[in-house]
Amino acid sequence: MTDPYIRFDHVEKTYPSARGPILALKDINLGIAAGDFVSVLGPSGCGKSTLMKCLAALEPITGGRITIGGAPVTEPPDNLGIVFQRDVLLDWRTVLDNVLVTAELRGLDKRAHRARALELLALFGLKDYSDRYPWELSGGMRQRASICRALLVDPALLLMDEPFGALDAMTRDELNIELRRMWQETGKTVVFITHSITEAVYLSQRIVVMSRNPGRIVEVFDVDLPKHRPLALRDAPEFGRYSSHVRGIFSAMGVFKGD
Amino acid sequence: MHEWWRRTERVRSVFLVLIVIAVLWEIAVRSFGIRTFILPPPSLVAKEFTEAPAYFAKHSVFTLGTTAAGFFIALVLGVAAAVGIVYSKFLDRTLSAILVSLNAVPKVALAPLFVIWMGTGAEPKIAIAIMIAIFPIVIDTVLGLKSIDPEMLNLARSCRASPLKTLLTIRFPNALPSIFAGMKVAISFALVGAIVGEFVAGDRGLGYVILLAQGNFDTPRVFVALVLLGVLGTILFYLVDMAESLLLPWHVSQRGRDDGVANLPTT
Repeated sequence: MTDPYIRFDHVEKTYPSARGPILALKDINLGIAAGDFVSVLGPSGCGKSTLMKCLAALEPITGGRITIGGAPVTEPPDNLGIVFQRDVLLDWRTVLDNVLVTAELRGLDKRAHRARALELLALFGLKDYSDRYPWELSGGMRQRASICRALLVDPALLLMDEPFGALDAMTRDELNIELRRMWQETGKTVVFITHSITEAVYLSQRIVVMSRNPGRIVEVFDVDLPKHRPLALRDAPEFGRYSSHVRGIFSAMGVFKGD
Repeated sequence: MHEWWRRTERVRSVFLVLIVIAVLWEIAVRSFGIRTFILPPPSLVAKEFTEAPAYFAKHSVFTLGTTAAGFFIALVLGVAAAVGIVYSKFLDRTLSAILVSLNAVPKVALAPLFVIWMGTGAEPKIAIAIMIAIFPIVIDTVLGLKSIDPEMLNLARSCRASPLKTLLTIRFPNALPSIFAGMKVAISFALVGAIVGEFVAGDRGLGYVILLAQGNFDTPRVFVALVLLGVLGTILFYLVDMAESLLLPWHVSQRGRDDGVANLPTT
């Protein structure tokens, strides 16, 4: 097998605490191919967000090594876009200027990215809101703007940390469709952190299931569903088989007590 | 016209209350026969002012000048000190400790020393104004710079932004509401500093006018100076307030303000 694009090699992460070190990630081994859509799925506290922050070099690892394209990760990779759990839009900037901030922070010319920013906003249905302020937008629109912000510099790698966790179910479905479509059209490598089984199965080509105490990978499997995925696919028996498989893993680790 | 009437409602109510107080005061002084060197009626205070408006204007301008100079120097030094305290552990430990102990000394007690050092001109007044005004600015700016969502800093780091770029693009704008809160306290403090300076030594400013009038038991003149100080302080405060609503139309405290300054155009 050729070397994957992203590689976790015996990665370990411990946090110091008053009661001694806490093991957040234990012996993580994982390969992610370029252009893949991989979901990291697990109960809260399993270290899935930590895994993403380590990959982005926002947190240092305490053991093992992470490589992207063969090079070890020591600082945030330059072809990276991140969508956080909260939208973290800057209140004092308009939606358009919020999208452009990733170019500014990189020291790139803001004007050169304007057309691209407007194009992205149109793609995510925010065309008429580019000169509005974040507080004038709904939660779903805010998170769309933060996705546009992450995509502005056309990153090869997109990391998403439970981006739809705080949204209502319908908005979440809409954004799932838009994200899946974006991925199909651009072929970016996406690492998507979630605790929703349905979301993970619907979006991903591969699912990494994690367990907690300590955070570790318990299973990795491919989702062999058609590339084009209408929402109705979620009612199909093959979709249900993947969902119940994951649910089985979670039950075995004691997540659903009293089920 | 209707719009103007609605927007000025707050100002009109304030004036109405002031007029009512003045009328009650006038009636009280006249009906109880209070001697004017104890409490002069508003009419006498007004007469005192109209007899020598140039005299009062000259001294008001002097006090305004030292207050404004002290405030702006305190703002520049205070924000710079706060940035230093937030970004450097060394400055956090040293400068913070010095500022706290300096603030513990009553600034009024420093005034005579400043007169020895700088004479009786504007300089010691400005220096005292700075000393008093800088503290709220440093405290609030440090608070503002530190109160940042860690994910915002992660966003900057994920873009490999330099510390300066992060400061200017994210941290500083995020701190502006706090800085303005500090400025609103500082502008009033600067006026206090200027007056304290004028009390100690000098021959100009509204503080000097009060001291001189006190020596002659010229109570109406004291009251004119006090009213002018009130007007001056109020104008200065609202200038900062206006600058705030112009610069921070996005902030939660400014949304939907009905004085028309902070209202965003909606499409």
